[in-house]
Amino acid sequence: MSQMSRPDTEAGSGATTFTWPHEDTMRVPYQVYTDPDLYALEQRRIFQGPTWNFLCLEAEIPNGGDYKATFVGDAPVVVVRKMDGGISAVLNRCAHKGAVLCFKLHGSIREFNCVYHNWVYDLDGKLQGVAFRRGVGGKGGLTADFNQDDHNLRALRIETYRGLVFGTFSEKTPPFRAYLGDELIRCIERVFIKPLKVLGYHSQVLPNNWKLYAENNKDSYHASLLHVFHNTFGVVRPNMGGGIKISADGWHHLSYTERTALNDDATGREKVRSLKEQYSLADPSVMEHKPELGDAVTNSIQTVFPTLVIQQILNALAVRQLVPRGPERSELFWTVLGFEDDDDETVQLRLRANNLVGPAGFISMEDGCVGGFVQRAAKADPSAETIMPMGGRGIEPSEGSRVTEAAVRGFWKGWRECMGV
Amino acid sequence: MDSGRDGASVWGFDNTMAKKMTVLPLTDSMVMTARITAFMAEYVHAIDADRLEDWPEFFTEDAVYQVRTRENYDRGLPLSVMSCRGRGMLSDRISALRTANVFEPHVYCHVIGAVRLLECGERRARTESNFQVIRTMVDGSMSIFACGRSLDTFSVSDEALQLSERIVVLDSRQIDTLLVIPL
Repeated sequence: MSQMSRPDTEAGSGATTFTWPHEDTMRVPYQVYTDPDLYALEQRRIFQGPTWNFLCLEAEIPNGGDYKATFVGDAPVVVVRKMDGGISAVLNRCAHKGAVLCFKLHGSIREFNCVYHNWVYDLDGKLQGVAFRRGVGGKGGLTADFNQDDHNLRALRIETYRGLVFGTFSEKTPPFRAYLGDELIRCIERVFIKPLKVLGYHSQVLPNNWKLYAENNKDSYHASLLHVFHNTFGVVRPNMGGGIKISADGWHHLSYTERTALNDDATGREKVRSLKEQYSLADPSVMEHKPELGDAVTNSIQTVFPTLVIQQILNALAVRQLVPRGPERSELFWTVLGFEDDDDETVQLRLRANNLVGPAGFISMEDGCVGGFVQRAAKADPSAETIMPMGGRGIEPSEGSRVTEAAVRGFWKGWRECMGV
Repeated sequence: MDSGRDGASVWGFDNTMAKKMTVLPLTDSMVMTARITAFMAEYVHAIDADRLEDWPEFFTEDAVYQVRTRENYDRGLPLSVMSCRGRGMLSDRISALRTANVFEPHVYCHVIGAVRLLECGERRARTESNFQVIRTMVDGSMSIFACGRSLDTFSVSDEALQLSERIVVLDSRQIDTLLVIPL
């Protein structure tokens, strides 16, 4: 039995008269970053709609009863390893009064037990018992027509892929492999070649609508321009080899850079702000790279619509999970990874490279503030529009150049299809 | 995990004993605490006054500097938000901040709690102290940006103190927007 209204059928909340003002997605109205009704509609049509949402890593819940609390959009979700080794995920909300069931970030349980009135559910979310169901001393108790089977926790469908656990609230979501497409599935396989180990967590509070960060990740045009550290120290230059892969439906993408085509001629270095300032690192060991994935790719950023980023920057591996926190805020959860069989030297290499990314990352800290710059200006005139003409009007992939906004246009195509606007 | 970090201070306070001050001669502990307190005042003043080029000078040549979250620290997870080994990496943080990284101008006001002396040797001292940092943005908005404790190890000589290790443990797992100025 569902605890939540079905998507799209609920009257009154999140209703919108919004219509997309153009045929294509080369222009985006600022309203989408500020409108609370659109935000409410996104919860139902995107996060509880036909999308696969990252929940956790299998490595985080290795033993029966291990759980991790997370979010799918605004919805609190708990994902748990069952005693038979399977994984389930449920809305982290008691069917009785709606209290959060697991209020720690992680832990181990035998059943879901609500602290408020001691309603108990098994690890699939099936209601097992209600305190004082027959009352006390023959008085009180549940109404005669209370059917326990009607009050289970709302469960998500689960799929795991290469150690990543995804969940969806919708019956319409296609299988994960079909959702992502073969080409981008192979990109996940490229990175997650062995069992994973978590090296740590942190989160970054972003002063902007979640979509501005989603766009930022799909926007490979900005990388060499905003992130000056990139250019100066040679992690990424516009003339390095690489390209953009985009799923056929436009929803997902991968941007990558490889060392093979690196040269230092003027074409790649001109008109890049950083090059006015020449400086060198006193200790370049943060840039050290030990290729481990069978190719020369130095930088690979993959998105899974709507809110997952899979990152390989040198030897810094991570998943970034974006959680909306209202129309004008979001929170980015970084789970930083290594492989289970890493030796100590490799762990140290990864930890050094992690200075490049995260909330204090040499090449990624700017992503924390630049969304806020757009958010602040968006308020002024919600009917005005951004424009993204770089690399065409459509969602064509690009080999050899990352100077394109095609993947961002693809994101908006996915957003419109989910939202029905 | 750095077990022992949270043990009794050299003043003799711990969780199980009545308050005594018998572990070290009083004067040695007092002198060291006073020296370190003065050092920490200079350290945070350099940061808060934007004399960031001086910041690496507070450390030994091969010092370790880490900003970690309490969650990672308590779970024994090695990730830092910011991690430097050696003065070169410390000065790289400052040169990147000055010339490469893009962020809105802001300043810190560090407020340090009492310095708790954990070890007081001839050549080495260790302390733990609580801190908070209030961040003021260029538009005037203020917030408590960071709160936690620093676990500091000093190289001691007659002439000077230097940090050989500074681990800043943040109580929160969240960083608001970005961390660029060191703590």
